[in-house]
Amino acid sequence: MSNGNTLSRLFGKSPFTALQSHMRVVLECAREVKPLIEALARGDEAGVNAAKDRIFEGEAEADRIKNELRLHLPKSLFMPVDRRDLLEVLHLQDSIANTAQDIAQLLIERQMDIPEFMQEPLIALTARCIDTCEHSASVIAELDELLAMGFRGREVDKVDAMLKELNDIEDETDELGVALARALFEHEDEMKPVSVMMWYRLIEWIGDLADYAEKVGDRLRLLIAK
Amino acid sequence: MEIIAQYGTVFMVLALIFGLYMTWGIGANDVANAMGTSVGSGAITVKQAIIIAAIFEFAGAFIAGGNVTSTIRKGIVDPSGIAGQPEILVFGMLAALLAAGIWLMFASSRGWPVSTTHSIVGALIGFAIAGIGPDAVYWGKIGFILASWLVSPALGGFLAYMLMMSIRKFILDTDSPFESARRWGPFYVFLLGFIISLVTLFKGLKHLNLELSVPMSFGAALVFSLFIAAIGWILIRRVKVDAKADRDYHFASVEKIFVPMMVFSACSMAFAHGSNDVANGVGPLAAVASVVKSGGEIAQQSELPLWILILGGTGIVLGLATMGYRVMQTIGTRITQLTPTRGFSAELAAAATVVLASRTGLPVSTTHILVGAVIGVGLARGVGAIDLRVVGGIIVSWVVTLPASGILAALVFFMLKGMFS
Repeated sequence: MSNGNTLSRLFGKSPFTALQSHMRVVLECAREVKPLIEALARGDEAGVNAAKDRIFEGEAEADRIKNELRLHLPKSLFMPVDRRDLLEVLHLQDSIANTAQDIAQLLIERQMDIPEFMQEPLIALTARCIDTCEHSASVIAELDELLAMGFRGREVDKVDAMLKELNDIEDETDELGVALARALFEHEDEMKPVSVMMWYRLIEWIGDLADYAEKVGDRLRLLIAK
Repeated sequence: MEIIAQYGTVFMVLALIFGLYMTWGIGANDVANAMGTSVGSGAITVKQAIIIAAIFEFAGAFIAGGNVTSTIRKGIVDPSGIAGQPEILVFGMLAALLAAGIWLMFASSRGWPVSTTHSIVGALIGFAIAGIGPDAVYWGKIGFILASWLVSPALGGFLAYMLMMSIRKFILDTDSPFESARRWGPFYVFLLGFIISLVTLFKGLKHLNLELSVPMSFGAALVFSLFIAAIGWILIRRVKVDAKADRDYHFASVEKIFVPMMVFSACSMAFAHGSNDVANGVGPLAAVASVVKSGGEIAQQSELPLWILILGGTGIVLGLATMGYRVMQTIGTRITQLTPTRGFSAELAAAATVVLASRTGLPVSTTHILVGAVIGVGLARGVGAIDLRVVGGIIVSWVVTLPASGILAALVFFMLKGMFS
């Protein structure tokens, strides 16, 4: 009789727990981008590879959690939030890990050396973009509290304030990215054209880390409002 | 008449065996549902749950279960058509017990969320139609019972929703949730005690020779609930803030306050369950005992002997100790979504609804009401995910159970009739 219990079957797996553990893994991935760039700036090949491996492992783990969550989210599940919003948040979180993986892939494939003038601002940009991800993850960590409060009251105000801050940090990363692109433009003539193209692309991708982190937050707003 | 005189002892032994089987089944599955929430939240261990169940199931059946027992015993089937053949009623009651027991066992093993109450009511109707005739069923009363099966989970859900909202308003959504919980916690325990005791006392406890006037009921309920609120206050005061857990989940310490409170809701669930489901199980048994004892008279007025309730309680504890034990552990690990605040809301709402129904003599389904209460918490956007397929399954099983247990009861009835006459 033990497998046929009404009450224990009534509860689906909480999608929020899975969403949060997914975000933790994604954040680990994003964090590794900084040691990756730093190792590259130092010319430390072993360091680059180690960071890249950790990013790839993290991305695979994030995929696994993502697929499992999707699998356990049948339409018959009654949830306090919209199913589509939830899946969209998951997708955006996953994009952070994918972007981190793309960055690592590109740096390894092309064996890119960071020009002297770019090193410092590039590391600064990366650090700030990771800050955005950290911030986004701490908002996702508030989901338990939001659930306890039924997505109302002070907790929502608190999350709103956090989301505003998230937007501010993301704006900063935009500025850092623009400044770096301008510096790159000034040095274009000294570099191989293809390298220039690739660096533009890389700056964009690093900026994407923050972009997706912000979008996670924006989508969470919809999720709360339902 | 001769059949009763000749086989009286055999009928009694059969009734005892079937009754024990039935209550054993209730203990193995139903009680685990009723108390699994408290076990899952860590408020009580499985062993403590069995002890609480043993005490409060019995108390519930003894103090508040009389009305349900009499409904099951004589509110569904009109035996006036078989006044000269008391053995028909005995066969029917035996058949109802066995059929309901078999159906429950079968359905549970297939994982269908069927209700003990629905099974036994269905079995009684089945016997009445087959054994006496369609006119022997009090259809008006049946309609009333059916309506209560729809209304009671909805009421449980509504109460749970209101409780959850109030806990948010008074405790969680405040500057200092922990302090608010300490302040309001005893009040919720008081509320629990007051509702349960007032409903229990309100119409007086006739079978205990205790008639209370309305003001006296209020007074007694007040004294009782103040007493248990005081116990709650002492237990709550001992809960300390867990700063480390709070960093991870800001309401961790608040939840810790609700853990001792869930001991009270577990007791009230066991009490409510006893008042409704134990009474269901022993109702037909009591009917057989009354016919056999009187030597074949179908008495409309008869006392419910104490030993029958004790037997029902024993069956439940046996079921709990042999199988319910494992079921409870499974539930405990699977319903982690039901934190103490949510579990307390659901259990209090369910217990209040069941006791209320029991007082009016309506046999309702404890499990279904609890499910209704959990959905109420969910409607307050308080549960991560509820599987609506299970809710659909409940509705289907609801529709299937009545004819299934009814037909089974009719078959068993004809079998018994053939064997003894």
